[in-house]
Amino acid sequence: MNRDNAPCEAAGRRTFLRAAGAVVALPVLPVRAEEAPVRIGLTPVFLDDQMSFLSEWRRWLEVKLGRSVVFVQRGSYREVMDLLLAGKLDFAWVCGYPYVLHRQELKLVAVPLWRGGPWYQSYLIVPADDSRTKTLADLRGKVFAYSDPDSNSGYLYPRYLLTTQGENPADFFSRSFFTWAHRKVVEAVGIALADGGAVDGYVWETLAESHPDLTRATRVIGRSPPLGYPPFVARSDLPTAELARFRTVLLEMAADPQGMDLLHRLRLDGFTPGKPDHFDEIARMAARVRNP
Amino acid sequence: MRTLADLSLRWKIPLRVVAAVVGTALAVTAALVARDYDLVRQNLEGHARSMGRVLAHTLVMPVLHDDIWRAYEILQSAHEPNPAAPELQAQVVLVTDADYRVFVSTRPRAFPIGTSAAAPGGAYGLLRAELSRGGPTDQRILEPADSALFFIMTPLIADGVALGHVILAYAKPALLPRFLGQVGRAAWVTLVVLLILLPVSWVWARRTAQPLLRLAGAMKQIPLELEAARLADLPRSGDEIGQLGEAFRRMVAEMKVKQEMERQMLSSERLAAIGRLTAGIAHEINNPLTGMLTAINTFQRHRDDPQRAERTLSLLERGLSQIRNTVSALLVEAKVEDRSFAPEDIDDLLILVEAEAHAQAVRVVVDGRLAEPVPLPATLVRQIVLNLLLNAVTAAGEGGTVRLNACTSPRGLTLAVFNDGAHIEQHDMPYLFEPFATGREAGHGLGLWIVYQITRQLDGTIAVESEPDATTFTIEIPYGKSE
Repeated sequence: MNRDNAPCEAAGRRTFLRAAGAVVALPVLPVRAEEAPVRIGLTPVFLDDQMSFLSEWRRWLEVKLGRSVVFVQRGSYREVMDLLLAGKLDFAWVCGYPYVLHRQELKLVAVPLWRGGPWYQSYLIVPADDSRTKTLADLRGKVFAYSDPDSNSGYLYPRYLLTTQGENPADFFSRSFFTWAHRKVVEAVGIALADGGAVDGYVWETLAESHPDLTRATRVIGRSPPLGYPPFVARSDLPTAELARFRTVLLEMAADPQGMDLLHRLRLDGFTPGKPDHFDEIARMAARVRNP
Repeated sequence: MRTLADLSLRWKIPLRVVAAVVGTALAVTAALVARDYDLVRQNLEGHARSMGRVLAHTLVMPVLHDDIWRAYEILQSAHEPNPAAPELQAQVVLVTDADYRVFVSTRPRAFPIGTSAAAPGGAYGLLRAELSRGGPTDQRILEPADSALFFIMTPLIADGVALGHVILAYAKPALLPRFLGQVGRAAWVTLVVLLILLPVSWVWARRTAQPLLRLAGAMKQIPLELEAARLADLPRSGDEIGQLGEAFRRMVAEMKVKQEMERQMLSSERLAAIGRLTAGIAHEINNPLTGMLTAINTFQRHRDDPQRAERTLSLLERGLSQIRNTVSALLVEAKVEDRSFAPEDIDDLLILVEAEAHAQAVRVVVDGRLAEPVPLPATLVRQIVLNLLLNAVTAAGEGGTVRLNACTSPRGLTLAVFNDGAHIEQHDMPYLFEPFATGREAGHGLGLWIVYQITRQLDGTIAVESEPDATTFTIEIPYGKSE
């Protein structure tokens, strides 16, 4: 309970002091407020539209970090990556694909554990009422929904698969479009706006629990091999102490009851430090797609 | 069966009020339904047009960027159900490219991306034809007759170039539920109005009908109960009903005066009839009296002739019995037995007119006589012949001739009396047998009237031929009437 109240009091005081400062212009600010907030970029690698969850998580992080935390969300992976690479963000939860593309400029912080390991799959889905489509090859000339051009599971994997089958991903489908979120790929396929789609398996499984009506309208026709789970990364010039502090908070999240509760809501088991070579398979696929 | 026209005003007036209220309600409801439909239609059309314009604006960028999902999300937000006005929700929102292929729609299953929007057929096929008409930047409304939908087509314009169209399909406003709703409301209002108006009109009808009913009742009493009709409680007012009552009262008063006059006329008429009867009787008694007095006078001069005495007495007896019969005819119960007309009666008649004829120096000639009595009442026939002879003697004038001819046939007796005096003018003929219609200074004008009355009583006929110096009255009397 104390923990719960602390951030509230802190936030309340900050707001008050900021207002007071504006009026009286006296620079008597507490030490904490002098520090810039921790800026964390979020992408739709998870269900990032649960505002109440985000607010609780942010408060928890603020308590654990002893600093204010700002979540930054953007319409695409790329915008978040650009902010991170430009040093406007300290950390970001990104997909493995952009991570491997910028492995040199980023530092791996931690990898979430899902169903026991730092792995997840890409799912290929079709509308539930389409019983004829068995494989991706059957979707030739159809409309396909990708989630994001920088998504591993929602873009890279299906294109990699087509490439290995000798197809040119650029003209295999008659039309393709991005929904900019995995959840919306499920929706687009569910209403048959697209004849097929590629979606983060973790998001699909989580939706299957929280919104079974959405996933029931789709049918999974293919799953990728286990691939590196979207990691938390930091900008390369972030002070090591800050990185370590944040990594410790994440790694100890599972040990904290409230942190465990938050993890449970994310359907995650915890965090592991992870290694960059976790994502070698993604890097290999990316290379293959680039040079078929 | 009573028709509407036969109904009492007491019922007619409330019925007419009901008819007027119902008729008004129907007319107002029809107008309201039409207006309501127009409003809904205009509202829907305005809404659809602005929705089309907003969508066309918003969708330009997603279409340009080929961002199907964003376009779909925009369509979804435009397609959200509005519980307050369900008719304002588009059934289908469709975005087509410049070739009328589906870019995105709210019904991906019916309109798969990239297929021709005309593929579902029906009205959607017509839309393509419609797109080829009109300006490329015009917003168009298409209302196919055989479709339950109507369409708003808004072009997607980017820098003056049409990228495609936003097509909104709306259900045509359903007329029937609206109509029923309106009719239901109108029925309620009508019922309430009727509940208020019916008692009012009932009272009104009674007030209007009451004087008319009283007037009608009073009219039924005419003409038998004029006094009651006069005393009837009739409306006194300045309107038409009051005027009618006034006119009725005036009419009753006039009728009363007329009735009084008629009664007076009737009694004076009766008095005149009594006078006429009395005069007739006096005349008939007087007729034989003159002859009998003459006969007595002659007998006194020849007193010692026993034969003459016998004849005179016999004549007097017959003359007096004629008078008795004449008088007894007046007394209904004193029915006197009459004898048959006999040849002696003609002799008597000659004697009875002799004095008169002598005074006038008229010759009375008998051309035909009877051989035996005929079965006809002597008194009546004697009355006829005596009257005709006396009239003829008077008509023949100084030195004239009167002829009497009596002949019988198996069917009856024919009597003809001729005189050579002044003839009867043609214009006097119609009034010949009317009482007191005399052409002479002396006499009562009753003779021919009595002849006519007796002849009719005996079922006989009278014929008159009159020309200068020759006037003949011919009487035919059939046997068998009075035996």
